[in-house]
Amino acid sequence: MSLLDVRDLHVSFPTTDGLVQAVRGLSFSVDAGHTLAIVGESGSGKTVSTQAILGLTPDADISGRALFEGVDLLQLTQEQLRRLRGAEISVIFQDPLTSLHPLYKIGWQIAELILVHDDSATKKQARERAIELLGLVGIPHPAKRVDDYPHQFSGGMRQRAMIAMALALNPKLIVADEPTTALDATVQAQILDLIGRLQREFDIALILITHDLGVVADVADEVLVMYAGRPVERADRRTIYYRPHHPYTKGLLESLPGSTGARKGRLTPIPGQPPSLIAVPSGCAFHPRCRYAMPVCSAEQPPLAHVTGDLPDHASACWLPHEAVGLGEHAEEIRLEISGREPDAVSDQESRRGRAAG
Amino acid sequence: MFRRFIVRRVLLGVLVLWLVTLGTFCMFFVAPGDPARTLAGRQATEEQVALIRHDLGLDQPILVQYGSYMNRLIHGDLGQSYFNGESVGTLLAGDLPPTASLVLGGAVLWLAVGVSAGVLSATRARSLLDRTLTLVALGGVSMPTFVVGLLLLYLLFFQLTKAGWPIFPPDSYVPLTAGPWEWARHLILPWVTLATVQAAVYLRLTRGSMLDVLGDDYVRTARAKGVPERRVIYRHGLRAALTPVVTQLGVDIGTLIGGVVVTESVFGLGGIGQAVVQAFVSGDLPVIMGVVLIASGAVVVANLAVDIAYGLLDARVRLA
Repeated sequence: MSLLDVRDLHVSFPTTDGLVQAVRGLSFSVDAGHTLAIVGESGSGKTVSTQAILGLTPDADISGRALFEGVDLLQLTQEQLRRLRGAEISVIFQDPLTSLHPLYKIGWQIAELILVHDDSATKKQARERAIELLGLVGIPHPAKRVDDYPHQFSGGMRQRAMIAMALALNPKLIVADEPTTALDATVQAQILDLIGRLQREFDIALILITHDLGVVADVADEVLVMYAGRPVERADRRTIYYRPHHPYTKGLLESLPGSTGARKGRLTPIPGQPPSLIAVPSGCAFHPRCRYAMPVCSAEQPPLAHVTGDLPDHASACWLPHEAVGLGEHAEEIRLEISGREPDAVSDQESRRGRAAG
Repeated sequence: MFRRFIVRRVLLGVLVLWLVTLGTFCMFFVAPGDPARTLAGRQATEEQVALIRHDLGLDQPILVQYGSYMNRLIHGDLGQSYFNGESVGTLLAGDLPPTASLVLGGAVLWLAVGVSAGVLSATRARSLLDRTLTLVALGGVSMPTFVVGLLLLYLLFFQLTKAGWPIFPPDSYVPLTAGPWEWARHLILPWVTLATVQAAVYLRLTRGSMLDVLGDDYVRTARAKGVPERRVIYRHGLRAALTPVVTQLGVDIGTLIGGVVVTESVFGLGGIGQAVVQAFVSGDLPVIMGVVLIASGAVVVANLAVDIAYGLLDARVRLA
């Protein structure tokens, strides 16, 4: 049984402009000790989906199931969820500067998490545990730095402190929501290494939310690509990198500097903007931006189906034939032939960009 | 580090006070009318006026006058009233306790009511309770102080006493030395009057600040940590939301020491505000100066208290 098994999750927010459909049918599972990366642009629903499961989106309408060790999180009361948060499932947020309370000492903030969950712990014990944790995540002189305020820490150190907090009660699952996005490039790798190392050491399952496929490369066991609130492709890390099927995944790879997909020194951006979640495009939500779009794409929503081949866990939600996987020329020929495009489709892309923007 | 921060603030306060004394000194020379002639009266001869001018030291060079003025101030002598010759210090020493009692006691009341109503309003934003509180606050702000005061007097003093329940006394101030109960009993209506308007302001201020803070990332972190909701709101939210409230409190207490004229008058408390109005009407410059000094001293002290409170509330401030 998976540690966390999410089935057909829908999350929407009623607003004055209309219903924002942030997540429209998301299913995934994470096994104990494994890492699932959820990848997508801003507004793809990757953050909302995990926050909704944890009860951090009070205004949202949520449906579906989210079984954590067999218990449906969506059926729990706020109080039951609260006891779970921070103890069994903890979260690391994007910007450690704004995510730590500016008016309290780092050590106090870590100790608080211990004290609100463990009635038997004393303040002294909680503080000692905080020092121990700060040492564990590589803060030098933790016994001294425990009394520092967040503004006395550097960006990387703050994120280390957030990680220390997340680890405090040996959770079974950590949700890391863009944990490196707000950090310097040089620090990003350190933090990812640290998360990976601690995860293996303590056998914690990890959901890594990111918009950056490059971040995923070294860490994830499985990758789930999301677009406009739906999963569009799911596979193990190698398959996503070398044999992507969905044009959106392919687009993400091609817009990555120095990746396998990028032609020499040139990045290929995905044209257009992510769609509005109030008026989601018909059929496949990606069709207005897709260079291989066919008539069926705007008419019917493709199911997330297994891609034929020797990889049973590779699924993609696209009408293109399943032979059209990967970034090679052969696959490109198939895609172009099926969609009836010319190989040099720059002008076509241009016009599509205009349409998507307008 | 914190001590250096406080020392810097105190020095700044002293500088401000000195500038104020410079200002009040200059007031003597720009104020219309000749104090010597005013004092001497209409019938006085030129000689009598000259004599009075000499007595007051007004015939000396400005720098000498400034020197003796500062000398007197440093020794705590605020000068004498032009009209009855009484020491301004003694005069105002009698006026300060009613005003301070009124403002400080009122502040406790309006803070307690305003901040807690503000938190309620913010945590139940757009609910019926929130809308009701907003409406009540609007009423409180819009009502002139004297209307509130007179209404309270009419209902709680006049009608109650008429009905045989003389719980609230009429006008006048009873010093604290006469017993804290009597002191408080005589101040309850003035406190409520002052707090009605102020609490409304603090409600809106706290509500807005809380709504901002509750949307901040660190509040989300607290929830993700599994902190109970009450603790999220008070320890994480309110603590951070108090900064503008503290600022406003400093400003209000400082300015009200010299400006609660209406409440003082409605309830006949005496006090600084009434003293300054009388002094302005009669052109009693030394009393005006004394009041200005006391009022600005109150503002400086209140601001110092705010700065120290900031330093205690927020470690980042101590570095600035």
